[in-house]
Amino acid sequence: MSPETAILLSLGLPLAGALLIALAGRQPNLREGVTLGTAGLLFLTVITLVPGVMDGARPEATLIEMLPGLPLRFEVEPLGMLFALLASGLWIVNSIYSIGYMRANQETHQTRFYICFAIALASTMGIAFAGNMLTLFVFYEALTLSTYPLVTHRGDAAAKRGGRTYLGILLCTSIGLQLLAILWTWQLAGTLDFTVGGILAGKASGPVVGILLLLYMYGIGKAALMPFHRWLPAAMVAPTPVSALLHAVAVVKAGVFTVMKVVVYIFGIDLLAASGQNLWLIYLAAASILIASLVALTQDDLKARLAYSTVSQLGYVVLGAALATSWGVIGGSMHIVMHAMGKITLFFCAGAIYTAAHKTEVSELSGLGRAMPFTFGAFLIGALSIIGLPPFGGLWGKWYLALGALEAGQIAIVAVLMISSLLNIAYLMPIPIKGFFGKGSGNPGPVEIKEAPLPCLIAIGITAFGCLALFFFPDSIYRLLYPLGL
Amino acid sequence: MIAAHLPALQIVVPLVSAPLCLLLRRGDLAWALALAASWAALGCAALLLQQVLSTGPISYQLGGWAPPWGIEYRIDVVNGFVLLIVAAIGAVVLPYARVSIAHELPEDQHAAFYTALMLCLTGLLGVTITGDAFNLFVFLEISSLSSYVLIALGRDRRALTAAFQYLVMGTIGATFIVIGVGLLYMATGTLNMLDLAERLPPMAESRTVLAAFAFLTVGAGLKLALFPLHFWLPNAYAYAPSVVTAFLAATATKVSIYILLRFFFTVFGTAYSLELVTLENLLIPLGVAAILVCSTVAIFQTNVKRMLAYSSVAQVGYMVLGIGFASTTGLTAGLVHLFNHAMTKGGLFLALGCMVLRLGSVQLDSLAGLGRRMPLTMFAFVVGGLSLIGVPLTAGFISKWVLVQAALEQGNWFVAGVVLVGSLLAIVYVWRVIEAAYFRPAPGGDPAAPNAAAPGGEIVEAPLSMLIPTWILIGASIYFGIHTSLTLGVAERAARFLLGGGA
Amino acid sequence: MDALGLYNYWIAIVLMMTGFYVVVSRGNLVKKIVGLNIFQTSVFILYISMSKVSGGTAPILAEGFETYSNPLPHVLILTAIVVGVATTALGCALVVRINEAYGTVEEDEIQSQDQEA
Repeated sequence: MSPETAILLSLGLPLAGALLIALAGRQPNLREGVTLGTAGLLFLTVITLVPGVMDGARPEATLIEMLPGLPLRFEVEPLGMLFALLASGLWIVNSIYSIGYMRANQETHQTRFYICFAIALASTMGIAFAGNMLTLFVFYEALTLSTYPLVTHRGDAAAKRGGRTYLGILLCTSIGLQLLAILWTWQLAGTLDFTVGGILAGKASGPVVGILLLLYMYGIGKAALMPFHRWLPAAMVAPTPVSALLHAVAVVKAGVFTVMKVVVYIFGIDLLAASGQNLWLIYLAAASILIASLVALTQDDLKARLAYSTVSQLGYVVLGAALATSWGVIGGSMHIVMHAMGKITLFFCAGAIYTAAHKTEVSELSGLGRAMPFTFGAFLIGALSIIGLPPFGGLWGKWYLALGALEAGQIAIVAVLMISSLLNIAYLMPIPIKGFFGKGSGNPGPVEIKEAPLPCLIAIGITAFGCLALFFFPDSIYRLLYPLGL
Repeated sequence: MIAAHLPALQIVVPLVSAPLCLLLRRGDLAWALALAASWAALGCAALLLQQVLSTGPISYQLGGWAPPWGIEYRIDVVNGFVLLIVAAIGAVVLPYARVSIAHELPEDQHAAFYTALMLCLTGLLGVTITGDAFNLFVFLEISSLSSYVLIALGRDRRALTAAFQYLVMGTIGATFIVIGVGLLYMATGTLNMLDLAERLPPMAESRTVLAAFAFLTVGAGLKLALFPLHFWLPNAYAYAPSVVTAFLAATATKVSIYILLRFFFTVFGTAYSLELVTLENLLIPLGVAAILVCSTVAIFQTNVKRMLAYSSVAQVGYMVLGIGFASTTGLTAGLVHLFNHAMTKGGLFLALGCMVLRLGSVQLDSLAGLGRRMPLTMFAFVVGGLSLIGVPLTAGFISKWVLVQAALEQGNWFVAGVVLVGSLLAIVYVWRVIEAAYFRPAPGGDPAAPNAAAPGGEIVEAPLSMLIPTWILIGASIYFGIHTSLTLGVAERAARFLLGGGA
Repeated sequence: MDALGLYNYWIAIVLMMTGFYVVVSRGNLVKKIVGLNIFQTSVFILYISMSKVSGGTAPILAEGFETYSNPLPHVLILTAIVVGVATTALGCALVVRINEAYGTVEEDEIQSQDQEA
């Protein structure tokens, strides 16, 4: 199929899937089949675009002119290609996991869950393939709105509160700050198209660049840059597949992806580096990395700990963008993928632990690893990837980021990366270590704890394997991302 | 032959249908006649706009008497656009009215209701179409008087006091307008708007003209609920029958804004309004105040209709802001928001009417659990709410975009910020309703409540004849959030026309 | 001299302000309507004043009548009077209904009844 068709199909497929899921709502097996089928087809569609983009092609498709001079336009470039692959691939895995989780926990409103998932994925594809900032903004908001019912899935008072924080922060930042930034950019540059080298060259300089950058960075609330990160832990009220989606596949990745796109294609790394306005962002990102890791140490709730870990890891990507060097940008983009794979593994494990043993606090997990070896083994793999140790993919993200920091002359940042890895060890490693080697919690309880349901285990296995596999293929990703750094 | 007399037909058809409705006595016959008349009016308006867009302004001499002594109906891009809005809302609201009015009004008042509604439609269309200043006053009073009647037909006894308050304030406003027109006549000797436009510039320095300007501004301001002259609106919208609220919210204030535009830019002219009197110093602060104050007040309302009424005043603030910028972009923003808000607010009030049908009230507490029981209605409300907030892919986003663009063009960062803060405030009050409907469990149900629940006593979805018009308007607010070439295109042409030059 | 010669306009202004004051300051609904009427009447006087031409008569096409007072404002005022009458009638009807519903036509009593409810 032609690239243009592939682009439009990748948006249309999840939406059509949502419709079919709604129709198949009464038959759970059929409904789940539709989800898996749609996810599979989506992944295949996205893959067809890869060879062209690797060769340098930039397929595009235009929908409709929403505002004079501003059409809804799509253009596939390396970063978007990577994000789309990640999202569509992990959707399949997440769906497998969801089937296991939702059924084992007998969650209500499952049809609504799968429908919103599909719409959220359609929005993610829209973000990934956006050709100008307006298109990206449209799908960015669509993602916020379509994930709100997912976050508030349980429908109780806690869900309502969490949903309020989630929606409140995300909408306030996007409408109050990001939209202002977009309109200002439109006024300065006369275009919003993503262009290599940025569109602001010669149109903005000095403090204007700084303020515009500030508006964008804090306007992109999904990147959870401190102090606008509160929505992430608040969204933990959602069922675990949603947390996995939020923190690995769609929402946060959409946030840092947008940050990367803005830095590379709106500002242009040369303009940003030359203006010197990126320094404060480097420090902010570094602070976010460290502070969030410290907070993670204090969290006993497993999902909360993973949430703050995500805030910290997102800081890495923002840091990569802020360094405004080619290695930095490539490193940050690579980290998007590596972190996604690692974090989704961790969240899957957290959900498996909840489903099988009904435990949510880290302090309760002592000795559980012996009863759930597969789960905790996968947790170990995910943790090692996040920490950045070989032979797991997470190493590469940090490696290129360190190179980027050196290239920008920011030695202190290399130290920050080191310290942060140590903190990662401190808050992640105790879990598998205590799980395998700790004392059991005494009485085994009325029901013996077994491993999680099979679909969950399959999903966990796939993502853990993915962490390992990504270690061996950094060069393909590097080749894909190389044009970004030019 | 008909085509030549379309402007007259635009007024005559609804006007004649009004007494006929009254004579027909029976509610459903009156409804059928009103429906036919309103759809005919829509057809006229669409044809007229099409004609204006292709061949330029239309001038129609009533009775064959030539202007400036005879009354002239003059249709250009601006009022063609507003005509379309008013007629469209009328045409969509009428099918909805059959069930809604049958539920909210006693049987013997139905025919009178449709009479008054047709008179109101006539008046609003007349204000829009006329090219004569005093004729404008006459039609304005026709629409006002009939809207006082319509509001007073509400079930709650507070509808009576609301109608009375509106009557007093509205009459003062209309009287101010007639004083203004009188002063203009004193100064120039003519009542025809185009003729006035020619004769006023030599007299620009005279105090009479300034007084006329002031009276006209305040009079129109009262009618369009410009902050702080908006006090009649929340009560009037809250206690009127649902159909009336939807119709008035989508049309009456829009037509009054048109009056303002017509006088500022056509009669007095851009040079006078902008340079001599500097109306932006008046309109922009008032617009800002309307947005901030009324959005905040809306957050604290427990009656959802009142909440949306305050929201309407805030939205009028946006339109006034756009006009205050007095640039092409600003006027485009104001005009396009005229259209977008009419669609959105009309749809929202119609959705509320569906809820009133089933629940008997629109207090936030009674909406608990409605997301389950009336999913289509609530979803219509959600989408309308998103358009109020200004989420992309809705009409509200387009208006906000152009408005902030206009502010940035003039370097007015403060106002740009205010527009966006207004959206944030809208999130709060819209989400209050959404949380009530989706997050609270449905109560046991009070069998004594005066509602039209389905047999069996359950709350079910509203009937199709009410759902379809609601979704037409809500669908329009999405459609025109994506396909903006019609609305933005016409709005921009109208803006350029008002600021001088071209049709 | 000029100011005295314009006494019509002074009266119009005085009536306008009186009427407006009555509307705003009086709590009795009937009095408000009366005030509104006075306010509208002032406008009528304003229009009629401006149409009067010294030595002018009604516009009669016949010998001996040369100067006419401007008939147009008279026509406008007829319309405005009709509008005023309709408004008053509507207002009074509303007052009757309010009286039936609340038992009073004093604004403050109505407000306190509403607040209790």
